[in-house]
Amino acid sequence: MTARAGRRTLLPGLVAGAAALGCAAALAADDWPNYSGDYSGRRYSTLSEIKQSNVHALTLAWTARVSGGPGTGGSGHSPGTVMGGEGSGELFASMPVDIRGSILQVDGVLYLSAPDNAWAVDARDGRVLWHYFWKTRGGTHIGNRGMGKWGHYLYFETPDDYLVSLDARTGQERWHVPIASFEAQYFSTPAPIVVGNHVLAGTGNDLDAPGMLQSFDPETGALQWRFFTVPMKAGDPGLETWKNLDAASHGGGNAWVPGSYDPETHLYIFGTGNPTPSYFAERRGDGAALFTCSMIAVNVDTGKMAWYYQTSPNDTHDWDSAQTPVLADIRLNGRLRKVAMTAARNGYFFVVDRTTGEHLVTAKFSSTSNWAEEQLNEHGQPVRIPAKDHDIAGALVSSSNEGAANWPPPSYSPDYGLFYVPVAESWAMYYRTETDAGGSMGLGGKEEVGVGANAYLKAIDPKTGRIAWSVHYPQGTHLANGVLTTAGRLLFAGDVNSNLVARDPGSGRPLWHSHLASVTNAPQTYLLDGHQYILAAGGDTLYAFRLY
Amino acid sequence: MRIPSPPASTPAAHRAGRWLAAASLLLCWHASPAEQVSEDDALRGDGPRPDWALTPSYPDRTTDPAAVERGHTLYELNGCSFCHGKDTRGGDGGPSLLRSQVVLSDEKGEQISKIVLNGVPNTNMVAFALKGNEIADIAQFLHSFKVSGADEARRPPPSIVTGNAAAGARFFAAHCGGCHAAGGELHDIAARYPNPRKLQQRWLMPHRGAITEVVVHPAQGAAVRGALLSIDEFIVTLRQPDGTPRSFERRGELPRVDVLDPLAGHKALLSQYRDQDIHDVTAYLVTLK
Repeated sequence: MTARAGRRTLLPGLVAGAAALGCAAALAADDWPNYSGDYSGRRYSTLSEIKQSNVHALTLAWTARVSGGPGTGGSGHSPGTVMGGEGSGELFASMPVDIRGSILQVDGVLYLSAPDNAWAVDARDGRVLWHYFWKTRGGTHIGNRGMGKWGHYLYFETPDDYLVSLDARTGQERWHVPIASFEAQYFSTPAPIVVGNHVLAGTGNDLDAPGMLQSFDPETGALQWRFFTVPMKAGDPGLETWKNLDAASHGGGNAWVPGSYDPETHLYIFGTGNPTPSYFAERRGDGAALFTCSMIAVNVDTGKMAWYYQTSPNDTHDWDSAQTPVLADIRLNGRLRKVAMTAARNGYFFVVDRTTGEHLVTAKFSSTSNWAEEQLNEHGQPVRIPAKDHDIAGALVSSSNEGAANWPPPSYSPDYGLFYVPVAESWAMYYRTETDAGGSMGLGGKEEVGVGANAYLKAIDPKTGRIAWSVHYPQGTHLANGVLTTAGRLLFAGDVNSNLVARDPGSGRPLWHSHLASVTNAPQTYLLDGHQYILAAGGDTLYAFRLY
Repeated sequence: MRIPSPPASTPAAHRAGRWLAAASLLLCWHASPAEQVSEDDALRGDGPRPDWALTPSYPDRTTDPAAVERGHTLYELNGCSFCHGKDTRGGDGGPSLLRSQVVLSDEKGEQISKIVLNGVPNTNMVAFALKGNEIADIAQFLHSFKVSGADEARRPPPSIVTGNAAAGARFFAAHCGGCHAAGGELHDIAARYPNPRKLQQRWLMPHRGAITEVVVHPAQGAAVRGALLSIDEFIVTLRQPDGTPRSFERRGELPRVDVLDPLAGHKALLSQYRDQDIHDVTAYLVTLK
């Protein structure tokens, strides 16, 4: 059985299970029903109407702009914006819409979101069907990665830390529940992931608050379980890797990007952010600071951790490892392995066994990364060079804070056996501005000034970690925004110059492109009325392409 | 630090887009704008920030200065600073109060009083017999601190010039002398950049005034040379010597495009420097006034 078939055949069983739990949503390959399109995080679609031989004829089907705030939400059939929220309605209301997450497509309707805003849009022509605006109390408005769906219900998170449920048919709010402390400066950006009758929600924080993944009841919003990513009390696992409990319970590790799910093992696998304070380890000591910068597998039924693998022991660069793990079956040393893969912000690519966490492969994918020793440790982890944390006179570090990779979604094509990820190889001077490391907090104490960068799309062979091919974006100074692969033997991704590009996944060779105003999310695909669509967002604008 | 802006139709909207782009990029990577806005960005002059970008995500608390002063006195008199530090950021004896969930949730001492009056078992925190109004004043003192890791009021560091000027001069002669003479255009660089950090960033990657030239070799006709405006896999655009822009479609390797990057030498050195080399060169260049 090929890896591709292997992954797809897992899904019907899950659908049956979900249906038995009262979930009406069908995970048909035609739809894009959750953050990654399916639970695997591969962003690989089995749709193949658009393929290498006809992609040259791909053309614009429609384009549409949405608008945020208390207005109408954009042109279309919206009966008027539905208002919710606990704030005054003025904070951030005029913030321009910037779509930097996934768009759901179910039964001909697109569901999209930006901070404080959600829309339903007709997938056939882009007209707005309804718009919902959340009156915020504030919070870091950095982005929103999309919504989750369970039957007729939608779920999204707000910068001021609520989980909001809407009726997908009308945009009317069903309920909202607080999911984290606003006072502790949490902010909530992930797309909730719905598994069975669990709505899994992570949160973000830049003020030393502990990371957590929480599971909520999709009907009522009641908390089912909460998993902290760092030790919170005496006896908790990992406490021995911190100087003391105060350091651990203020140790960060926030889960601010959606994870993946393995239906065979009931494990939700997600990444955690960096330990905090972000740039100074003095307060937490020389231990590994578990379970920050890790891939973590949690049983969705119990909320208990099954395994972890840490990609950066005791990170000191604010290089989260929160990116979505990619689940696949690959042949490694003659054995078919069920793996989880991630290209981390620290510049290293990792493959582990997704059932046990056993380490399999580590490889440096950013050629310039200089913060770690040449040799990995016995667990396959990079070993930090403390002199490359920062310096009063400046330490020249690759990468910059942005990281070699970040949340922009990678993709894995089982047809080619390659992992595709946007990469930035950047340099920055890290200046230490904190003279009292013991008093450091959050993101304080370091100032960074960029020196230069190159941007790439890279294809990594997960069996070896070697770079199979690399496309250099000639003027790239930052990361591009995510990748889609399809059974049409195509790869779609935005470059850094606002081109949406279709490529040969085997070589990176461009086969089709269209210059848009911008590309701000990972392209997606769906099948509607017998035709395959390619969908991308650029700021407040959607672009849908198809063949005629 | 540039990313494509959303479509914008007016100058104001364009500026909003710029800020949005900057905010999205910076914040998406979990960095505060204050710590990452480069000196170049600060100099670029994008006009005033739109209202939404000025909105504090987490507003500072309002406190009564008289109560803060009373609270400060009580904080010191009762020895709180002995464990929690004069700046409430904690120490070896006790945790930071600034990032404490109890303090963050507290409004007028109602949360703090539970701990102050009862102590915390099995820790250094003993009970204090303080009156309600005293605890409220201490709460005001605690709430008067800015709750942010990137507090600009924190102690500024000493000079960044820590290197050895003589070693820097030797490094300069060996690695930079091929293109630059210290007695030439750099003879007064320290006068032009009196801030050593700006000077250091400038010599590491002097992008201002460095024009990348590009030569396009069409299938027919003469090569066209000009200042590079933009280039991707599909189009290259340059500004011709007469000031007009011109663009060419690219198909793979055709037409041939030569990019003449004046900073190639600086870029090549990035992977070769030791940090000490950089510090030494800066210590040398600050003497060129």
